Amino acid sequence: MGWGSTRGPAQPPRSLPLPFSAAGRKGVRVSARTWAQGWGRRTVIGVPYLFLVLFFSLPFLVVLKISVSEALGVRFQDLLSWDDGTLTLRLKFSNYIYLTTDWLYLGTYLKSIGFATLNTLICLAIGYPFAYFMARSPAAWRPALLMLVSLPFWTSYLLRVYAWKGLLDDNGIVNNLLRWLHLIDAPIKMMHTAFSMMVGMVYTYLPFMILPVYANLVKMDLRLLEAAADLGSTPLKTFWLVTVRLSIPGIVAGSMLVLIPSVGEYVIPELLGGTSTYMIGQVLWDEFFKNIDWSMASAVAVSMVVLILIPLAVFNHYQTRGVGRGSGT
Amino acid sequence: MNSLIGRVWLATGYAFLYIPIATLIVFSFNESKMVTLWSGFSLHWYGEIVHDRELITGFVTSLKIALMTATASIVLGTLAAFALVRYRNFVGRTAFIAHINAPLVVPEVITGLSLLLFYVACARLFGIFGERGIVTIWIGHTSICTCYAAVVIQSRLLGMDKSLEEAAMNLGCRPFQVFVLVTLPMIAQSLVSAWLLTFTISLDDVVTTSFLSGPGVSTLPIVIFARARLGLNPTVNAVATLSVAVVSIGVLTGSLWMARSERRRAEEQAAAYREGALQVARRTAQASS
Repeated sequence: MGWGSTRGPAQPPRSLPLPFSAAGRKGVRVSARTWAQGWGRRTVIGVPYLFLVLFFSLPFLVVLKISVSEALGVRFQDLLSWDDGTLTLRLKFSNYIYLTTDWLYLGTYLKSIGFATLNTLICLAIGYPFAYFMARSPAAWRPALLMLVSLPFWTSYLLRVYAWKGLLDDNGIVNNLLRWLHLIDAPIKMMHTAFSMMVGMVYTYLPFMILPVYANLVKMDLRLLEAAADLGSTPLKTFWLVTVRLSIPGIVAGSMLVLIPSVGEYVIPELLGGTSTYMIGQVLWDEFFKNIDWSMASAVAVSMVVLILIPLAVFNHYQTRGVGRGSGT
Repeated sequence: MNSLIGRVWLATGYAFLYIPIATLIVFSFNESKMVTLWSGFSLHWYGEIVHDRELITGFVTSLKIALMTATASIVLGTLAAFALVRYRNFVGRTAFIAHINAPLVVPEVITGLSLLLFYVACARLFGIFGERGIVTIWIGHTSICTCYAAVVIQSRLLGMDKSLEEAAMNLGCRPFQVFVLVTLPMIAQSLVSAWLLTFTISLDDVVTTSFLSGPGVSTLPIVIFARARLGLNPTVNAVATLSVAVVSIGVLTGSLWMARSERRRAEEQAAAYREGALQVARRTAQASS
């Protein structure tokens, strides 16, 4: 690179005036350097931190505020008001009361969590064996197999969801194929049902399950399996007691990556689902864009965050515990 | 037996992942307007999208936003990754980690809604962000993509050999020089993959964008989403095929370039170590004589 030989080991910063005593120069240089490092450190941490606080967390506080504000036309009333020496704090909880009493919201919430859980379970059932067979395939194949799983990530998610519309429609490719094979006479109704939505969900989220589980399984020490076999364990028992047990952190990571975003999914139920699959993300969207009820949309968002933050905290807990255990051994 | 089940399972899984994309591509060359019934080969729909003003403007807008987002995200993401890897204890580190992880899992409807309401509040209080368009979308995308970039770059930094940086420091490099001359070339690949990843995320985003875009500004995914909602549309298939082609070429060139630079870096490193060992040997010989 050509910079190593020309630069002396201890060159003073160029901006310093020359007639300094050696001791004085050294002192200045050290403090200048630590100051520069402190400044560098502050920039490195501060800039992204400030950006994310400003454009990610602060907006949440705005949502929280609007969810308890009274709408005055297009504006919202201030929460705190000062009148005749009285400070009043007005919080409007009617949105939240509505959320917990109206079956539209409560039912949709439960249904969303149900669909997301079902999605996670199906992804686990398909993805775990998939990741297992990937991890146990010949080492030379693994990079290619891994690449093939992550490649769909690079293509548009919107277009991949749209592709299922063409496959599952009444006049879609699957129905046409079945009719051409004379297996059916009338088209099977698949589009705009819970089935089509679940297919789209599993399709979209499957790689999120496969990748963390694979990363975990591929690291496993296979001598443990030999040890278990030597100690008289059957293959099935070894699989359950050693492989599955050791891969729990991968399963937890994958499940959270599938579960949390799929609770608030909007595009998939909108494109592939029907009236029976109305989800909470769609409720938020419709409150905002169709009913133009900003404070109700905000209340839905806040309650979603509360519902999502709890599993997230559990996830973090598991993850840090896993890391601690890993570094301890 | 076990390996047979394994092969069948893997083959079925890959078929599940790729058949939808394959059908999109095949039916983009279909002659008829029916997207699902084959009637003959034609490039008609590609000719159609060239004259489709809505699609072209949407694409240009998306491209601008994606370029800006990817660039801003890798700058912020590199800083964030450094903060996470190099500074093990600072005030608010746990909260910082939460800020990096949360945007990856928070549903987009929430990110979009909260940022829009924030813009509205800013417009009322300070008179900024009043007009929604490319800039407001850019900020929204960047706040999500920074986190993806940080995760990608962080994993590279964690796997990096720190002794080279320490050597540069010992030879009198200032921290910034160390960063530019030693660290940056070593993490260059992860910067490229982070740039490409954030570029595609931004180019693809529909939910956040819908909240943050103003009247008259629509990106390609918004146009596609509007058409896909109405039903099947062969122009969407043509767009899909083009994007798959571009992505495949991009990923292929990217990975070839990465493999090449990885090899070259390994060679350079080995040469440097050989040189160092030679010098040590020479010095020992001199000292002993």
